[in-house]
Amino acid sequence: MYDFNLKRILHIDLANYSYFVEERDMGEWIGGTGIATRLLSENMKKDVDPLSEGNVIVFAVGPFTPAYPFASKTVAMFKSPLTGNLGESHAGGRSATAIANAGYDAIVIKGASSKPIYVVIENEKVHFRDARVLWGIEDSLITGRIIAEREIGRGLRTIMRIGGAGEKLIRFAGVMTETYRHFGRTGLGAVFGSKKLKALVVIGRGTKKPSDAKGYREVYSKIFEIATTSDAMKKYYLIGTPVNIAPLNELRALPTRNLESAYFEKAEEISGEKFAEFNLARRIACNHCPTACIHIAALRIPYEDEPYFHKTIMISYDYELIYSLGSMLGVGDRDSLLKLMHRVELYGMDAMSTGVCLAWATEALKKGLISKNDTLIPLEFGNAEAYVKAIDNLYLQPNEFYKTLAQGVEMAARKYGGEEFALAFGGNEMPGYHTGHGGYIGYLIGLRHSHLDNAGYSIDQKAKEELTPEELVDKLVEEESWRQILSSLVVCFFARGVYTPEIVVEAFKPLGIEMSEDELKETGRKIYSEKLKLKKELGFDLSKIRIPKRIFEVETFKGKLDRKYIENALKYYEQRYYEIV
Amino acid sequence: MAKILTIKDIEKCVGCALCMYACSRKSAKNPYIGYDHSGILAISLSGFERGATIIVCRACLEPPCSQVCPTNALVPRKGGGVVYKEKLCIGCNNCIEACTIGAIFKRQDGKVALCIHCGYCVDFCPHDVLEYKEV
Repeated sequence: MYDFNLKRILHIDLANYSYFVEERDMGEWIGGTGIATRLLSENMKKDVDPLSEGNVIVFAVGPFTPAYPFASKTVAMFKSPLTGNLGESHAGGRSATAIANAGYDAIVIKGASSKPIYVVIENEKVHFRDARVLWGIEDSLITGRIIAEREIGRGLRTIMRIGGAGEKLIRFAGVMTETYRHFGRTGLGAVFGSKKLKALVVIGRGTKKPSDAKGYREVYSKIFEIATTSDAMKKYYLIGTPVNIAPLNELRALPTRNLESAYFEKAEEISGEKFAEFNLARRIACNHCPTACIHIAALRIPYEDEPYFHKTIMISYDYELIYSLGSMLGVGDRDSLLKLMHRVELYGMDAMSTGVCLAWATEALKKGLISKNDTLIPLEFGNAEAYVKAIDNLYLQPNEFYKTLAQGVEMAARKYGGEEFALAFGGNEMPGYHTGHGGYIGYLIGLRHSHLDNAGYSIDQKAKEELTPEELVDKLVEEESWRQILSSLVVCFFARGVYTPEIVVEAFKPLGIEMSEDELKETGRKIYSEKLKLKKELGFDLSKIRIPKRIFEVETFKGKLDRKYIENALKYYEQRYYEIV
Repeated sequence: MAKILTIKDIEKCVGCALCMYACSRKSAKNPYIGYDHSGILAISLSGFERGATIIVCRACLEPPCSQVCPTNALVPRKGGGVVYKEKLCIGCNNCIEACTIGAIFKRQDGKVALCIHCGYCVDFCPHDVLEYKEV
């Protein structure tokens, strides 16, 4: 019988092109985020420069991969070149199921290659392939296609790769997988680039057996039933995440033009409904997900100089891209917005960070902190063509300004000024929710500084009456602790309505894992503490966290934010949670 | 009446591979996790944005796979396709070579995985791509 507590960890050293497999019981950490935290802590020196060969990348999946639907996220953990401390991002596609099918719970990559390479993991074997010819291909889609042609395993593999942004060490470069899924946040692409690692391919045809055959089939069918017939997933499969554009705008919560406003007058044009009506071409799914939330738009572009010649490009769109490259930059027409999304996808940049950086640059130019000699292009809210060129320049880095901006908005504002409107929290550019105290405190204390850490934006919208700072922080940490379980099971957060504690415990049983709901929640808190501890060891200092003044200037639907409230919340967080680990 | 698995509308395939996992679970006594035992394969056309293809047995009436099997592990089935007598399979892989559309897959244990037209996967296709119909 398969032992789901025994973890198989593939260690790869790029410095000498060697590998070995380690097996050990890590059941108490479940998988995903839980084991990645441990493995990163054990295998990396804490004071390492994120772009040096000493950085370590951990990929981890969980015990439900590929046993049950939705357990399709791979957790990547590393030292972030963007925030300077803990880096973590999650991606779907086929990444998680390929790693599990290849027979691994985690992959640890250390060292750096002296020449460009890509790595192919094919069950027990690891191949190191020369990638000198691929280096310099800035288009992540083309890189993916070349490798797809050369390697075996179609339908069974993941091709994680970087575009030009990763090669150029842009601190918010991502890693693309299966074209439309990304390890987007906190700069994994730059870490790949610094290791001269162009791509990681994982191919697997493995198999495992449950300890209770009958129970396994029953629980599977139950989860499938809930997923496909209840309302738990509805929001994600109909219009998709962009369904939130219109209501958040109505709520005055959609950051617009670098958060000069939280209401975008052209929001209707770029709403999920409009995209669905005019642009939606196809929906696709991550492996082992019945929902298929990936919405792909088709954009038909005529060639201006050649009549009857067109190209049609397919672009994945989501709420966060519409916010960051749309409302945040004042771009209110869908075709222009799709072109910006395509550009970001091609180079492999994080869309949110890119949008926020360019929004800051636009305002800084307007205010005279920087000049046209710096931006080279007359950046202006609403001018999408200028932004396309600016994205090219982030990749090309033709001058000191773009070299700095490629290090993130925190770094740029430190050098050029305008920190009061540089919208990053803990060094990570903000997501698209100006919903209230919960959202912002969530970004500040979230261990990834992501809205998905603790869903403060959702607490803001659901709370009937104003919570005290203490109540709010407790709620955020409780949610983040539970989400450590989901990300240790590598269950997609979108399926959090399906995987209640009760279902998780039930789904554990046929795999031979015994854990009560209380033990499960306690494990979530333990993983949260362990991760916070690691974040501090990697250099995170809560007392140095910056709160941009801009957020206090723009009304939320509950009025203006109160600095005192946020400070009290942070003080309480520090005493109650931060100091004790 | 015999039934076979067919593809109703490939354009609706989102590439989720739930059919592959269902195929691995098809045996009530011996369900597998993962897709080593899957006799169906969902692939993209060089990226899912271009659509998908499902590679699965077409239920041939004169199955070439059965004709090249030296041990009679693959026996023509009523209604098309084959019955797979796994115990008899020696893992020669002749059938893999013989199948024109590549719908027989090599398992890690050397034996093969292929569609036996049981229809179990159809109930797990969330988007009505597959159909189990009488012939």
